[in-house]
Amino acid sequence: MFRQASRLVSRSITAKSATNRAFSTEVPSTIDSSFVEAWKKVAPNMDPPQTPSSFMKPRPSTASSIPTKLTVNFVLPYASELSGKEVDMVIIPATTGQMGVLPGHVPTIAELKPGIMSVHEGTDIKKYFVSSGFAFLHANSVADIIAVEAVPLENIDASQVQKGLAEFTQKLASATTDLEKAEAQIGVEVHSAMNAALSG
Amino acid sequence: MASTAAVPFWRAAGMTYITYSNICANLVRNCLKEPLKAEALNREKVHFSLSKWAGGKPEKPILRSDTPGV
Repeated sequence: MFRQASRLVSRSITAKSATNRAFSTEVPSTIDSSFVEAWKKVAPNMDPPQTPSSFMKPRPSTASSIPTKLTVNFVLPYASELSGKEVDMVIIPATTGQMGVLPGHVPTIAELKPGIMSVHEGTDIKKYFVSSGFAFLHANSVADIIAVEAVPLENIDASQVQKGLAEFTQKLASATTDLEKAEAQIGVEVHSAMNAALSG
Repeated sequence: MASTAAVPFWRAAGMTYITYSNICANLVRNCLKEPLKAEALNREKVHFSLSKWAGGKPEKPILRSDTPGV
């Protein structure tokens, strides 16, 4: 009986291979009715098998019209800096450059480089220096930004930044192994970013 | 099948992302003004105890800690 079932499954799969499968967000419960009928014919006393998507919660649906505000969750390992805050725009320091995120942004996962993240709410702009992290932009205009360390710009000491920059530039010049070079380069990048943040 | 994707320089040098991220965070913490710096340095402290297991029982644990006197 089970040998027959696998033949039925493969038959229904090949029949459907020409059609495009919809994403799970668009068709929340795709139950292949022809498969279920064929199953019931062969094994009427057994429930048709469940698929992984039937155990999953459907993803939050994308609103048909673009929402007016972006919901930002900005978290650090030791604190939740912003939680569900509704803002107009955030500009995040992605590795590909400063990325402006408005409500209705294309779903994106962006790796962040050391740089300034600014949160725009009306005329208020709050700036943080982010050490590194990720930003997850979802289809429903929710942005999850995670960083290991993020500080408001006022809390950075300019003289320490200059000292660090000089120290790491010197280390980069004198580094021998690949690892040392990488560490020195990271130091140079982070300190130059902080420098630019303080002066820009 | 060698992948020709461009890797970041730290990955090419054998570093993982988490190491890179922690180094960046430490550098930023070092450039904070006082007294935030003291609080921040607290976050860098690590305390863990390691024990090897032999015959189903843990042996004497090895302690690695930044907090003195532990």
